[in-house]
Amino acid sequence: MLVIGAGGAGLRAAVEALKQDVKVLIVTKSLLGKAHTVMAEGGIAASLGNMDKEDNWKVHFADTYVEGVYLGDWRFSEKLAKDAPARVLELEEYGALFDRNTDGKILQRAFGAHTYRRLCHVGDKTGLELIRTLQDKVIHSNASFLEEIMITKIISDGRKVKGAIGLDLKTGEFYSISAKGIVLASGGLGRIYKVTSNSWESTGDGLSLAFEAGAELMDLEMVQFHPTGMIWPPAIRGLLVTEGVRGDGGLLYNTKGERFMLRYSPQKKELDARDVVARSIYREIMEGRGTEHGGVYLDISYKGAKFILEKLPSMYMQYKEFSGVDITKEKMEVAPTTHYHMGGIKVDAETNQTVVSGLFAAGEAATGLHGANRLGGNSLADLLVFGKRTGEEAAKFVKNAKLSRIDDSEASAEVDRVLSFLQVKDPVNPYEVFEKLRETMSSNVGIWRNEEGLNKALAEIAELKKLGKRVGVSGSTKFNPGLVTALEVQGLLNIAEMLVTAARERKESRGAHYRQDYPDLKKEWRKNIVFTRKEDGSFSMRFDPVPELPPELKALLSKEEQENV
Amino acid sequence: MSDKVTISIKRSDPSKGEAPHFVDYEVPTQEGMVVLDAVHYIENNIDPTLSVRWNCKAARCGSCSAEVNGLPRLMCKTRVDKMGSKISIEPMRAYPVVKDLVTNVSHNWEIAKRIPPFTPKPGLPKPWKMAAIDITRSKEFRTCIECFLCQDVCHVIREHESNYLGPKHMVKVAALDMHPLDSIDRAGFLHTDGGVGFCNITKCCQNVCPEGIHITDNAIIPEKERVVNEFYDPIGILLHRRKKK
Repeated sequence: MLVIGAGGAGLRAAVEALKQDVKVLIVTKSLLGKAHTVMAEGGIAASLGNMDKEDNWKVHFADTYVEGVYLGDWRFSEKLAKDAPARVLELEEYGALFDRNTDGKILQRAFGAHTYRRLCHVGDKTGLELIRTLQDKVIHSNASFLEEIMITKIISDGRKVKGAIGLDLKTGEFYSISAKGIVLASGGLGRIYKVTSNSWESTGDGLSLAFEAGAELMDLEMVQFHPTGMIWPPAIRGLLVTEGVRGDGGLLYNTKGERFMLRYSPQKKELDARDVVARSIYREIMEGRGTEHGGVYLDISYKGAKFILEKLPSMYMQYKEFSGVDITKEKMEVAPTTHYHMGGIKVDAETNQTVVSGLFAAGEAATGLHGANRLGGNSLADLLVFGKRTGEEAAKFVKNAKLSRIDDSEASAEVDRVLSFLQVKDPVNPYEVFEKLRETMSSNVGIWRNEEGLNKALAEIAELKKLGKRVGVSGSTKFNPGLVTALEVQGLLNIAEMLVTAARERKESRGAHYRQDYPDLKKEWRKNIVFTRKEDGSFSMRFDPVPELPPELKALLSKEEQENV
Repeated sequence: MSDKVTISIKRSDPSKGEAPHFVDYEVPTQEGMVVLDAVHYIENNIDPTLSVRWNCKAARCGSCSAEVNGLPRLMCKTRVDKMGSKISIEPMRAYPVVKDLVTNVSHNWEIAKRIPPFTPKPGLPKPWKMAAIDITRSKEFRTCIECFLCQDVCHVIREHESNYLGPKHMVKVAALDMHPLDSIDRAGFLHTDGGVGFCNITKCCQNVCPEGIHITDNAIIPEKERVVNEFYDPIGILLHRRKKK
């Protein structure tokens, strides 16, 4: 079994598969333990009820489903809500050390649009603890792992996977990996935007690998903009300011000194869902009540230095080091930043398998759980719950599957494709194409979208695709960042085209997708936009109705919410 | 602050027999710019083949370790305006160079494998309970981002062939030992396989830690004390000598 990606989902899948004595190989584009999961700050959402006894899986399910604006698949959100507590306690037994409450149980913090205090956390470094714990499990197991391998192609016949071809960045050599089953846990595509909280790796590689192999992509237009990213100095624009700041009492102000969230969301205020808070901040800035750097203020200083240093040490360090701001005394300046992709690879709700037999996906790379908006803390819960489920299902599959080896001709065709980027005459700089793509995505496919901007983005992407054909670099295959970018940009241009097409198609506003020209939620748009690959490599689009809620789950929603589904 | 800075990078490709040599690049500066931004500028505009390892650019992942003006630092956390008008960047010296600024740090996984993993006390009632105050010591060590800068600066690792784990891994051992529900004693391991005796507490590791972990004071010294208690107890030794006589 081949696991692509060593973030939370990939490692959790590997740990689970190992329990079934399956031979596991993990490959990662970076080093083990560096995946974007380490950036997750706030916590893992699980209804343990350690702080608020009223909490249970039913409330967690309803929060997740409603805040996803009825676009998610209930089969995922039900599993998430039911399994999360057990997954958290299991992680603790693997060695993770969570913050404690006065009873000695796991401390849980409040987070946006979670009804109760639900996020199990380790200060503001929960993702780091999650990764380290799973990484230790893998190191002390008999799984093999290969670091700094970029998978460039998944070999399949369109119906069944055979394996993958990867480039070893350290040596410049290629790997041909035949596998009975593949788990894609390759993360998101935040770097398609100019201002983002995402790491170097988050270039949506897994989405294009899966699509090229015959899998379907869904909900691509649903991109989450986190309400609070750093904005000054320019070099660090986009860096995440954890929702934990607001969870622990941080308040938002505009330059007039108004606590504007009281206006936009009198009930939930600063702790409304991310799409609501992000749009509110954006509106304040666009209407001229923002700071000179284009942001608003976030203030936690009134809580005092002791509290802040204990609860938010990374935030303290981040502002001190990068901006010279002492958040125990001064306000932070923040603006929305691209954060998470709710869309991704379409998988079966019971097995996490794609339509390609033997190809599984989990974590941010997969889709279906979060709908049109993801709640904070649900991504780490997602990694654990569906990482485990996927590992289990993939292992079961692998045990009954036959290995079909990758043909030499298939492998050498892919090697030739990669090498061709080193032999382009009069090449276009891949960074130039990448930067232009990021600019058009940020200016036209951001928090506010409209027909005109989306058309402009599509026209520019079409131009960039032409330019993309002439991309090339000098040097060798060994640790050549230019070559890596050239490979990434090919996939990203295709994904971007589908993403923008879906955004233009969805003529309504739902969750993270806000259309200025269609500002209302429309019931007839309660459907998922799905992309499939045609024989010639182009895509076709179809609209799938969202699976109907069974009555017992529907009963968990309020009367008003039931009207919407 | 001037509007340009000279970045001098030590480049090499050992597999091609290319000897290490410094190459100077002129880079325009921007407010708040960090050294990694300057390296990216070179990569994007001057030479795309310049190899550098990075990931989060937020001092969270510990990928972009290097020696900036001779000091072990994270490039993403080092501001250009604090380092002068000419800045030298070299790969970490304790590790073999892969190419340019990228080193091979995989040896750390072999060390990590040797450390006895977390082993909870058997039969604990579930869910586990721990007092908040009891986890504070272990928590400090869990902020380690595995940048390996402490390993890089450790003279035992740089200059001696020994079995010493190195500061990063001492932090790991301490994190496990100080977990309130862990049940194994790693003193024997540290004394023999861990080579803890080689450390002579010069605190260099502590000084370079970007997370501000008190590596020597809070991890290494308490672990050394445990080893001493177990293997060099003066009363025990005295009794032992008397018996000999």
